[in-house]
Amino acid sequence: MQDATPDNGQWNGHWHGPPPWQGPAGQQDDVPSWVHHTRRWRNRGDGQPLRRQRDDRVMGGVAAGIAAWRGFNPTTVRVVFAVAALITAGWAVPFYVIAWLIIPAQGEETTIASRARHDSRGIAIALALASLLVVFLSLAGALNDGVIEKYGWAQVVSVPVLALIWRNASEDEQAGLRRLVLPLDGRGATGKAARRASRLRIAGSVVLLGAGLGELLTIHGGTQLLAPLGGFLFVTAGLVLLLGPWWLRIARDLMVERQARARAEERADIAAHMHDSVLQTLALIQRRAEDPQAVVQLARAQERDLRSWLFEGRAPGDADASSFAEGVREIQRDVEAVHGVPVEVVTVADCPIDEHLAALLAAAREATVNAAKWSGAGVISVFAEVEPDKVNVAVRDRGKGFDPAAVPDDRKGVAESIRGRMSRHGGEATVQSAPGEGTKVTLTMVRTARSGPAGRASTGAEGTRR
Amino acid sequence: MSTSAAAQAQARPAGPPRVVLVDDHGLFRSGVRAELGPRVEVIGEAGDVGPAIELIEQLLPDVVLLDVHLPGGGGHAVITEVKKEHPDIKFLALSASDAPEDVIAVIRAGARGYVTKTISTDDLADAIKRVADGDAVFSHRLAGFVLDAFASAPSPGDVKPSFDPELDQLTTREREVLRLIAQGYTYKEIARDLFISGKTVESHVSSVLRKLQLSSRHQLTRWAAERRLT
Repeated sequence: MQDATPDNGQWNGHWHGPPPWQGPAGQQDDVPSWVHHTRRWRNRGDGQPLRRQRDDRVMGGVAAGIAAWRGFNPTTVRVVFAVAALITAGWAVPFYVIAWLIIPAQGEETTIASRARHDSRGIAIALALASLLVVFLSLAGALNDGVIEKYGWAQVVSVPVLALIWRNASEDEQAGLRRLVLPLDGRGATGKAARRASRLRIAGSVVLLGAGLGELLTIHGGTQLLAPLGGFLFVTAGLVLLLGPWWLRIARDLMVERQARARAEERADIAAHMHDSVLQTLALIQRRAEDPQAVVQLARAQERDLRSWLFEGRAPGDADASSFAEGVREIQRDVEAVHGVPVEVVTVADCPIDEHLAALLAAAREATVNAAKWSGAGVISVFAEVEPDKVNVAVRDRGKGFDPAAVPDDRKGVAESIRGRMSRHGGEATVQSAPGEGTKVTLTMVRTARSGPAGRASTGAEGTRR
Repeated sequence: MSTSAAAQAQARPAGPPRVVLVDDHGLFRSGVRAELGPRVEVIGEAGDVGPAIELIEQLLPDVVLLDVHLPGGGGHAVITEVKKEHPDIKFLALSASDAPEDVIAVIRAGARGYVTKTISTDDLADAIKRVADGDAVFSHRLAGFVLDAFASAPSPGDVKPSFDPELDQLTTREREVLRLIAQGYTYKEIARDLFISGKTVESHVSSVLRKLQLSSRHQLTRWAAERRLT
């Protein structure tokens, strides 16, 4: 039960491994088949023959197997079993145990029954157990009015079958079973104090069980109405004391396994993403190694994608600019892709886009494209800050620069398209430049409609981060 | 920081600063070591939190160049541990990660600056010298984060009341300096643009660093506390 993925050994023990994005390269292709499998059986039956589940079992994996087979929730199946066991006076238990015996475990060819046939010693033990139980139940039936008898007879079948299962289950399943009952006898306890505590616990529960059963056995004909209550209390207390740690252990194991599975699925998602994005890009880069410009562009584009995915929780491709900072990053993406010049972007705070800010973005795009085309600078820096009352954008390069006064009137079109656009929406644009000193375009737009306080999308994206 | 003036005055022995590199990628360490060449003296390397602390306390370098992400606790764990015994050792954080809370956590642990791994070799050597001399080094991204974190006026519930309110806001001048850093200007260019001396620019940056480390602004503490689960 602890080895959830025997067929994908390389995933085991990696849950706490390196950060996911540094995850094992080269495994991206073989997303564990059982992950798909698990996903599928959550939705509908998997169309596979009925098999006992290895990776979600409490006892024999019968309930989980049925759940997977028919597409139910395993917990529901378990609850149905438990209720059925109560209603049918325990007769659901042998049904379960026999199912355990005759349904092969996932990944195994043979059933436990087929192996048990050749286990003559096991059969002898089973028969002995069955006859012992029959004797005990007949005695109990003679002594009281059938509380024990009522629930007991069914177990004449299930106890011997369990013994057979115990002896004939596969290695892997036996290991799981041993772990399951380990807390019962205290052998799992390490250290003197723990062993002593476990021995005390067992002694205590034996005394309680003995007292309770004794009381139940001596009652005749229900003459004393309240007495059975005391007996039940003793028995219950004894059972809790004896089996409590075991129940706890099972619950904990189940939880740990569920978490491990969830983590594995997450890793599979990450692996898939890495394959779609990073590995593809690396392959492209190898094929275009002789073209440094193209390589740089590919690397930049991939870096941006990965950053937005890792740190802003966005899938690559959904670049729908709904906020101002997002719009600025879109400019970065487009300019880098079209002109191949790196654009360093810093955004401070964020807000939704209105028509004025859309004009500001258009002007900023124009300025960035100009810098990329004409400045010859190796990098362009774009700084955008949303303040409560205004929004600033500064586009700067360390390129050639020009003398604004020396630009002939008929060549001012570009600067005008920036200035004109800004002033039409009540904003301002200034262009500072000098030959050899680079150019800086500063754009300011007053915020009119205050659509909410300046949110912080650049940090607010934390909420959506995985 | 009142100690920053003292740190500046307490002259470091002449010669290139002695540096320890802490990064879990061996390839990156050897690359940095080769590129920095004679400009700084790399006296040791470590790739993990525990060994790094041991090495630093043994070698007592001027500057530790420290990756934000380290196996076994992250860069801020190294800083916190070393600072207990050796408060005078300076840390410069270096990272490919730009998750704001990671960066802010290292700064709040006591790093004197943060640069991205895409920094040019010249700029890195310069940043190391600057940190060794007791100055603060802000990359354009860190400047952006800080502006973001201090963007709105703190609301009453935002700040724990017992704290110095001055720590929770940036002055106009500090904002101006940070904005220019965020646009990629050098200290020299900032000094020229704002008609102030280079020393004044440096003191503004140091003051911002101090606020960043001591402020109880909710945004900052949240960033520092909310370490991403990996």
